[in-house]
Amino acid sequence: MTLSRPTAAETSAQSDETATLTIGFIPLVDCAILVAAAEKGFAEAEGLQLALVRETSWANIRDRAMLGHFDAAQMLAPLPIASTLGAGGHLQVPMVAPFSLGLGGNAITLSEQLWSALEADGAELSDGPEKTVGHLARHVARRKAEGRDPLTLATVYPFSGHNYELRYWLASGGIDPDRDVRLVVLPPPFMVDALAEGQVDGFCVGEPWNSLAVEKGVGVIAATKSALWRQGPDKVLGLRRRFAEEHPERLEALIRALYRAARWASDPGHLDELAGLLSRPAYVGGSPAVMQAALSGRITRRKGVASGEIPDFLVFHAHAANFPWQSHALWFYSQMVRWGQVPYRSEDLARVRQVYRPDIYRAALKSTDADLPNASAKVEGALKTPTPVASRSGRMVLGPDGFFDGRLFDPDDVEGYLRSIGVEV
Amino acid sequence: MSDASLRILVIDDNAVRASIIEDGLREAGLSDVTVIIEMRGLLRQIVEADPDVVFIDLENPNRDVLEQMFQVSRTVRRPVAMFVDRSDAASIEAAIDAGVSAYVVDGLRKERVKPILDMAISRFNAFNRLRDELEHAKQALEDRKVIDKAKGILMKTRGIGEEEAYALLRKTAMNESRRVADIAQGLVTASKLLG
Repeated sequence: MTLSRPTAAETSAQSDETATLTIGFIPLVDCAILVAAAEKGFAEAEGLQLALVRETSWANIRDRAMLGHFDAAQMLAPLPIASTLGAGGHLQVPMVAPFSLGLGGNAITLSEQLWSALEADGAELSDGPEKTVGHLARHVARRKAEGRDPLTLATVYPFSGHNYELRYWLASGGIDPDRDVRLVVLPPPFMVDALAEGQVDGFCVGEPWNSLAVEKGVGVIAATKSALWRQGPDKVLGLRRRFAEEHPERLEALIRALYRAARWASDPGHLDELAGLLSRPAYVGGSPAVMQAALSGRITRRKGVASGEIPDFLVFHAHAANFPWQSHALWFYSQMVRWGQVPYRSEDLARVRQVYRPDIYRAALKSTDADLPNASAKVEGALKTPTPVASRSGRMVLGPDGFFDGRLFDPDDVEGYLRSIGVEV
Repeated sequence: MSDASLRILVIDDNAVRASIIEDGLREAGLSDVTVIIEMRGLLRQIVEADPDVVFIDLENPNRDVLEQMFQVSRTVRRPVAMFVDRSDAASIEAAIDAGVSAYVVDGLRKERVKPILDMAISRFNAFNRLRDELEHAKQALEDRKVIDKAKGILMKTRGIGEEEAYALLRKTAMNESRRVADIAQGLVTASKLLG
């Protein structure tokens, strides 16, 4: 159904007592914080009513957020950056991301058939991403030599962590994602069927779609995002900068509600209830068991093969997961440049940095017991073990974080990083 | 190239709505209209249609697929930009309110595409009205059924006539500021519970 226009900004202006905020979301496990905020009274406690609107495509989320149909939305973490830069030939609207909706949560799934071919080459489930992509690279080379069609791999959207982590992984194994394979976009609900029917040979998507492919026996989870970039960001709360400027109190109230909802959602004691909420058809739908697996990181990577808990598979709250690190924004920008989505312009660095808004996050939470890091950016990949960092309470522990190839990303030297991965700037 | 020669593609898995749009475009003298209802092999179908303008309904998750195809201009012959002009927020807003998104091949002049876009938007709106009317009609029918049932219950249990039963329902509805159908539904549910 079409959403009529007065829903967002106008209704939120109706009353100071309870403001209604219209928030768009996509049926994925990581809409959990929004659902918990709306269903468990966290929004209400801040004088907010959340009208959650389920959407079918990221393009809809983008357009409706840009036009103000939505006050805010669950967004792929690079999306507010792309919109601010006007990348992809769409409207250019300055957006902000003042809150991260979680770290990790994605995985790369390959078809059973493709995985069996890698296995014949010596691949094992217990291999790290580096080894697995080596097998994949040999397979890709062999296909080329035999004159067979290149592999087709799907992601969810061009400006997505999924796209960048898949490309990063492929490139690390010497596979050129634009030449050696075909990368396509598929909506998450179509992924499993496309894999089963052989239309795609693999995909990178959020849960529950990887687990569903495994459950159906058509896919094998070759790598989780947590193995590719531990503590890597995935979704954020995104909204127009104008809304943030016009309604700072309302936005701060929303951030407090989401912060408490994130804490609630990350409590293992609430796993059953959260899985039950998410499996309602109005939110994600599907079986609570599959939701539980994704939420707890106890996912099965291959049908019939028991696997243990995957550390940091999906982080809703721990390790300052909700903090909008500006280094995340700059990393995403570096990948947009790397893959030719936007031209590199040194003057864009400051614009990109300003999309992620630790200042709003801090302002919203200063009156609460939330711990706040002193820094707004960090060198990504620097923490090999859990490390205490400077914060308001002095007790904040981050990490371990990092990319599987051991590469560091210094947000103060984006140009140096780009050169180190072979991009001319 | 006259407008009549513009190749227009409509992607909509709702066959009724697609045909309403197609008819409208043809009536406006645009004869080269292709409709895709089957979403399988979408890319191949688009390449074959080789459109100048693409319309897709917002409920279709394939919007994301489409956008990526347009970014990879090697697959689809020419680069495509969203809407008439990326600065034209009003057009985008009108389209999205109607429930449609439009993609236009870069280089097509704005004034040529605008009337087509407006036409598609008005057709989408017409379809939405039609759907709303249908919903209303369905609702009215449902209401009548449940009111008839409730009247039957009242007539039986209270031994009153049909008109009196209806008057009673209406009076209760007015007193409680609710719809007659809602009061009737409550009565039917309660009577089921009581056996």
